[in-house]
Amino acid sequence: MLDFSRDHFALFGLPTSYALDSARLDQAYRDIQSEIHPDKFAHAGEAEQRLSMQWTTRVNEAYQTLRRPFDRANYLLRLRGIHAMDANNTSMPMDFLMQHMEWSEELADAKEAQDMAVLDRLEKTLRDEARELQAQLAEQIDQRHDYPAAGETLRKLRFTDKLLADVGNAYEEIA
Amino acid sequence: MALLQISEPGLSTAPHQHRLAVGIDLGTTNSLVATVRNGVSVVLNDAYGHGLLPSVVRYLADGGTSVGQAAQRQAAEDPHNTIISAKRFMGRGIKDIPDLSTMPYKFVDAPGMLQIRTVAGVKSPVEISSEILKVLKTRAEASLGGELVGAVITVPAYFDDAQRQATKDAARLAGLNVLRLLNEPTAAAIAYGLDNAAEGIYAVYDLGGGTFDISILKLTRGVFEVLATNGDSALGGDDFDRRIYCWILEQAKVHTLDDRDKTLLMARAREAKETLSEHASAHITVVLSTGEVVDLNLSEEIFNEMTASLVNKTLLPCRKALRDAGLAAEEVKGVVMVGGSTRIPRVQAAVGNFFGQTPLTNLDPDKVVALGASIQANVLAGNKSGDEWLLLDVVPLSLGLETMGGLTEKIIPRNATIPTARAQEFTTYKDGQTAMSIHVVQGERELVADCRSLARFELRGIPPMVAGAARIRVTFQVDADGLLSVSARELGTGVESHIAVKPSYGLGDDEVARMLQDSYAHAQDDMTARNLAEAKVDGRRLVDATEAALKENGAALLGGSERAQVEKLLASLQLALDGNDLSAVKRATEALNQGTVEFAARRMDMSVKQALTGQRLDALEL
Repeated sequence: MLDFSRDHFALFGLPTSYALDSARLDQAYRDIQSEIHPDKFAHAGEAEQRLSMQWTTRVNEAYQTLRRPFDRANYLLRLRGIHAMDANNTSMPMDFLMQHMEWSEELADAKEAQDMAVLDRLEKTLRDEARELQAQLAEQIDQRHDYPAAGETLRKLRFTDKLLADVGNAYEEIA
Repeated sequence: MALLQISEPGLSTAPHQHRLAVGIDLGTTNSLVATVRNGVSVVLNDAYGHGLLPSVVRYLADGGTSVGQAAQRQAAEDPHNTIISAKRFMGRGIKDIPDLSTMPYKFVDAPGMLQIRTVAGVKSPVEISSEILKVLKTRAEASLGGELVGAVITVPAYFDDAQRQATKDAARLAGLNVLRLLNEPTAAAIAYGLDNAAEGIYAVYDLGGGTFDISILKLTRGVFEVLATNGDSALGGDDFDRRIYCWILEQAKVHTLDDRDKTLLMARAREAKETLSEHASAHITVVLSTGEVVDLNLSEEIFNEMTASLVNKTLLPCRKALRDAGLAAEEVKGVVMVGGSTRIPRVQAAVGNFFGQTPLTNLDPDKVVALGASIQANVLAGNKSGDEWLLLDVVPLSLGLETMGGLTEKIIPRNATIPTARAQEFTTYKDGQTAMSIHVVQGERELVADCRSLARFELRGIPPMVAGAARIRVTFQVDADGLLSVSARELGTGVESHIAVKPSYGLGDDEVARMLQDSYAHAQDDMTARNLAEAKVDGRRLVDATEAALKENGAALLGGSERAQVEKLLASLQLALDGNDLSAVKRATEALNQGTVEFAARRMDMSVKQALTGQRLDALEL
């Protein structure tokens, strides 16, 4: 039997690494969905309908986790026994926190002044930061296997992603 | 695109046995039914050649109803009993409806969903909608010459759980087997995409009579993947009419109107709007009950001015949907326009401006949703379609729970691909707490008060522990119709509580049963016959599916004695189906369902493995 507890990477026949062949993931996801999606079983027996829903749910969850860099790294670290996002796991370097406070203030000011140019600049800075953190994750997880360090990078990425979302909301408030 | 026909596991049907299935667009203003006939999707007309059925239901004193054109014509004469745009009331309470004063109805506040008092009694929006669906069902069966296997019913993508559940209840009440609830923009994308062999990112802008949806889809080699959806389930052409209506009142300086005049003026307002889609100005004349004559000229400029804020209101959801999809407007290859209100020139201009391209208006905005739904229905009913395609849709609004302080904890985020499930653990707040109240909400806001309340239920029997010691796992499951069910379980003891999210807005099974009973009040025999017929349809479907599965994989996946057991259960069910004993049919169906669980699991297992190793079934079976 296929095992529900198999990890997300194995489910799609992918290597367990942060680096991801996203075209291969997409293809594997679609191939599996073409076989198991509830639309293929609308006319089948009750047992098959139920299994189809359970499997599709499972495959959707795995796909969504793997395709997002943050979720993929968090999941990988959990497989390695590192619970980077636990409430008691909050250590952050001071300089990073200071930098983020600066950005947050910049965002608040830009919102206040309805200054799109500042928002644009801030968004670009944050995107670069996120990309840099993702590159670090790849190195820490795949090359150096330094999972505690990757845990800290992941927490940084969470801050950055959150701020990026706030910038997005600010655009909508101004527009 | 005529492709080779490929047999799918579980979908095999006896040759030449076409199952009658339809797609129904249950619209705010008009409703339609379509089917796939000889490989082509077509809208089914009534005896007079009309495809569009006005979504208007008139209740008569003798308990009868009149639906469609006839009801619409008499709306002004019988305003209290003639319900227009009932879709706006689906899954909604009185406090949710902003324009009550412009409507002539006698609303009754009821828990969960409002009701309307008519000459034929108090009616819920579910019952009113089911009258429309019944007419379409009858039309389809007359036109296709047989009983329907099932129907795909479309809903606005931005409909929440309560509105979806109400729609499904209306279909069940009309005696329809719901194959799937399908999002309207997604249905349009299927019709458009298959027709044009479209590939790439497409936006579907759907402005109907009462609802607005924007969906962003990625079309790749037969896969329709909804990336994000947004909208406003209370914004549509009706609001444009209402702006004109208010303008007429202001210009003509009339203040008090009776209900006949209200209905009449709304109809004239709508006509003026439609005229303005073709002409630079519209002439409005009405003789009021008082004998007063209203005679006005509405220019396109004034109309555009007074509706500009409505048009703009559709653009924010467009922006949000693009952002959620992680895309810029330039990356959208085409914008498909759906819904009658997209005929308004200013709407087309605004959408074109926003996406930086001329929107696609070459398809009939009134019909494309029903056509797409019929294509989906045809596949779900088990008929072969020439094209192999897959639909991946999303949940439109985040689903969550109320936590301490009236805050929302999101469990399933908006735009998650369905079906989906997510579990989260909670704990008790007080020492010795033995029950936990679970409040399920839907929406994006932080405060529970700003979200829609879907259901409340209680998990009881938690063993008394110190605060924070109990571990309660709450699981949300959204099925392929976008409908939510929630279960809660205390992990230490296994105490469990489960709810399909129905009680506060949808109808319980017993309520649907009661309404069915009511409509068959004088025909108890009909009711029994109907139950038997439904059970037999279910049983036959299972026989077909099991036979097909055995033929396909029985030899490979079942041992001799296993196969014999399945065949024995199959034979018992076939025997029961030859008789007329309802409980025997149900028992035998259930037994075969139970007896094929393991077989089904092995088949599913094999399918996944084949998908992964690249050994596609289609390649093997050509």
